[in-house]
Amino acid sequence: MSLLQIHEPGQTPEPHATGAAVGIDLGTTNSVVAIADAGKVDVVRDAKGSALVPSIVAYTDEGVVVGEAARWMLLDEPDRVVASVKRLMGRSAVDIKALAGTLPYDIAQDGADGGMVRLAVAGRTLSPVEVSADILREVKARAEHALGRPVDRAVVTVPAYFDDAARGATKDAARLAGLEVLRLVNEPTAAALAYGLDKGVEGLYVVYDLGGGTFDVSLLILEKGVFRVVATGGDAALGGDDFDRAVAELFLAERGPETLTSAEAKLVLQSARLAKECLSWQDQGCWAVEIGGRATSHRLDIARLEAAIAPMVERTIALTERVLVEADVTPGEVSGVVLVGGSTRVPLVRRRVAALFGREPLADINPDEVVAAGAALQAEALTVGSGTLLLDVTPLSLGVETMGGLVEKIIPRNAPIPLAQAQEFTTYQDGQTAMMIHVVQGERETVEACRSLARFELHGIPPLVAGAARIRVTFAVDADGLLTVTATERATGIEAEVAVKPSYGLGDGEIERMLRESMVHARDDMTRRLLIEARVEAERALLAVKGALAADGDLLDVASRAPIEGAIAALHDAVKGTDRDAIVTATEALEAAGAPFAQARMDRGIGRALSGVAVDRLAERLDRGANKAATR
Amino acid sequence: MNRRDGDVGGTCWSCGSAVPGDGLFCAACGVVQAPGEADHFARLGLPTGFAVDAVALERAYVERQRRLHPDRFVTRAARERRLSAEQSAAVNEAYATLKQPLERARYLLRLAGRAVAGEDGATIDDPAVLVEAMETREALAEADSTAAVGAVAARTAAAVAGCRDDLALAFAASDLDAAARLTTRLGYLTKLADEVRRRRVGLIGVAS
Repeated sequence: MSLLQIHEPGQTPEPHATGAAVGIDLGTTNSVVAIADAGKVDVVRDAKGSALVPSIVAYTDEGVVVGEAARWMLLDEPDRVVASVKRLMGRSAVDIKALAGTLPYDIAQDGADGGMVRLAVAGRTLSPVEVSADILREVKARAEHALGRPVDRAVVTVPAYFDDAARGATKDAARLAGLEVLRLVNEPTAAALAYGLDKGVEGLYVVYDLGGGTFDVSLLILEKGVFRVVATGGDAALGGDDFDRAVAELFLAERGPETLTSAEAKLVLQSARLAKECLSWQDQGCWAVEIGGRATSHRLDIARLEAAIAPMVERTIALTERVLVEADVTPGEVSGVVLVGGSTRVPLVRRRVAALFGREPLADINPDEVVAAGAALQAEALTVGSGTLLLDVTPLSLGVETMGGLVEKIIPRNAPIPLAQAQEFTTYQDGQTAMMIHVVQGERETVEACRSLARFELHGIPPLVAGAARIRVTFAVDADGLLTVTATERATGIEAEVAVKPSYGLGDGEIERMLRESMVHARDDMTRRLLIEARVEAERALLAVKGALAADGDLLDVASRAPIEGAIAALHDAVKGTDRDAIVTATEALEAAGAPFAQARMDRGIGRALSGVAVDRLAERLDRGANKAATR
Repeated sequence: MNRRDGDVGGTCWSCGSAVPGDGLFCAACGVVQAPGEADHFARLGLPTGFAVDAVALERAYVERQRRLHPDRFVTRAARERRLSAEQSAAVNEAYATLKQPLERARYLLRLAGRAVAGEDGATIDDPAVLVEAMETREALAEADSTAAVGAVAARTAAAVAGCRDDLALAFAASDLDAAARLTTRLGYLTKLADEVRRRRVGLIGVAS
């Protein structure tokens, strides 16, 4: 397949004749990719038979490493490794600061533009979208390897409780990884699809999905191939990671007060995770923590583990009860409860779910793979066709800010999607021609307690007396759960398409830049070598010019010296970056700026200053540069 | 939903043929059409009236979504994808309106050109409704246990069911004055039922 396929505008060729469509579960802890063929699912596995690709990315000098290998690097070079990046999707720097304690991320300081949070990793500044794209590239490559053909389309799953910003960020990440997103499907819905089809069950089912970083609970009606979500709830920041943190806090309390770096926090969390996992099948154990050259040993048994994580488990149970109450369903009316997500292996979780429903939950599926399997089935249904139908709902209410910072709900949660809801607004001042609309997502009554999705201004409202203009704003939520807004002034019929710029998303320009960057990364090895060579050349040129200035600076007056100093400063800046082209350009600029100076030195025709090798080199290089310039 | 895709007069936007039947698809070229201005009952192929057969409603809803949901159009041209989303959203709106007795009653009154109390500046002037609402609110405020809230919930549910039955009779008799009055009452009762539900959620003790 050629790298680029060019189509005439308006002509739709046989769409994607060669690329395969896969299902991807982009998880907080692990990611899984699967392919369905004629309703049969194949989960892609590595040589050892594991389907789980740890969602961990290491940024090494040799390139980007994803998965198990990156996990190992977490121990040696934690500051080059990013884990659990899903928790940051669609989040702002302010959101992250609001989280208490030492975080296993280095938040970049320069990204404080009010947009999405940026991470400082191994000298680079990365957005969670780029890190997620690296994970997606890896699972895409694995699928391509397993299939023996290119993969260019995917159903990607997201937590049902993901808000608009996090959904948008996930879609952007897939785009960066070279995947067309056929559909964002909610994780519990995907699980229900795979489970329902596999077991051939019908009735009212609850999917309890506790993953590494997110908790979802969905109530669905399964009937004749139709998987209809009735209600959904959850917490986009509650998962196995929080269990790890609770255990890590026990260990740290035993060690006494100390200040942790983010790298050290990652190490403690690793030990804590190991302890938690071991206690799923053994009663107790002893785990080592070594930070700052001080090693300590920590004994943990099931009772202490469960006491530490109980508040979080209780919260999931309460959220489950809430979904039932809101749907007017009693636990007894539920035909079955399906457990999804690695964290449902924790015995306390299983016991509490069983107690709530008065029955053992269904665990006759692999909780780690069922979401990807459902995504793969849906990818096939969307591209090839099938008799199944997924009908989902909005997880969170959408509203607009009204006077006094209050929220007027426009779209309630648990409304079936896609949907379109129009609302009329009017002006409150005579002659008012513009109006600010602030869209928020959440269940609370005040704007502050909800999540800000977008602010936009409507212009061109005809100047009328207050209350006369009738502005009809339509809020549409598509099948991916993403919001778009359009507005029309009804009195005059002026229509305005409003581009909603998400408060925490990425602008189109940013996405384009990342796409460009990602293409550079695709040729990583070569690029890296070229970059290093360019830097070496640049350093040599800088050294040479500085040496020459020190020796023969008296040849230059202020006016002729300024362009050389400017070129030196520019090259210094370029060398700090990783843009090879910029370095080469700046080096050439320095050579060009220095050419008259070099000529003057030659003219001086004296040997006293030509004492250093560096200066000889400069002369050679300047000659070369002049020749090059002449041949252009 | 507006008709901005040139389907006025029931001709296909794509091939120009006349679109027959339910108007969802062109018989000649098979492409999906714009949702048009059909009322919610017509959109779901159900007889207009307050008495809606719940099973028929569900069946009609799923049948329409099977044909119109955007998942069916992923590989189609952009315009078809957009029209399917509009169609699917229109079906969702119709379903959501007809499924809830209160919304259904309000919708029927609007179709009949009646102002609905509590909307469009219409005021509520039925003292019995106000007294009933106040009494239930008091009972709810005093209820401090799951059992007590459950009792209020049961009473409210019974009142809602009774009001719904009366409403069905009023609509069946084409007594729109009674229907309007009962709709107002049902609005209050539904609000109360929501409050009771919120209290029950509150007793679970989980912040949103």
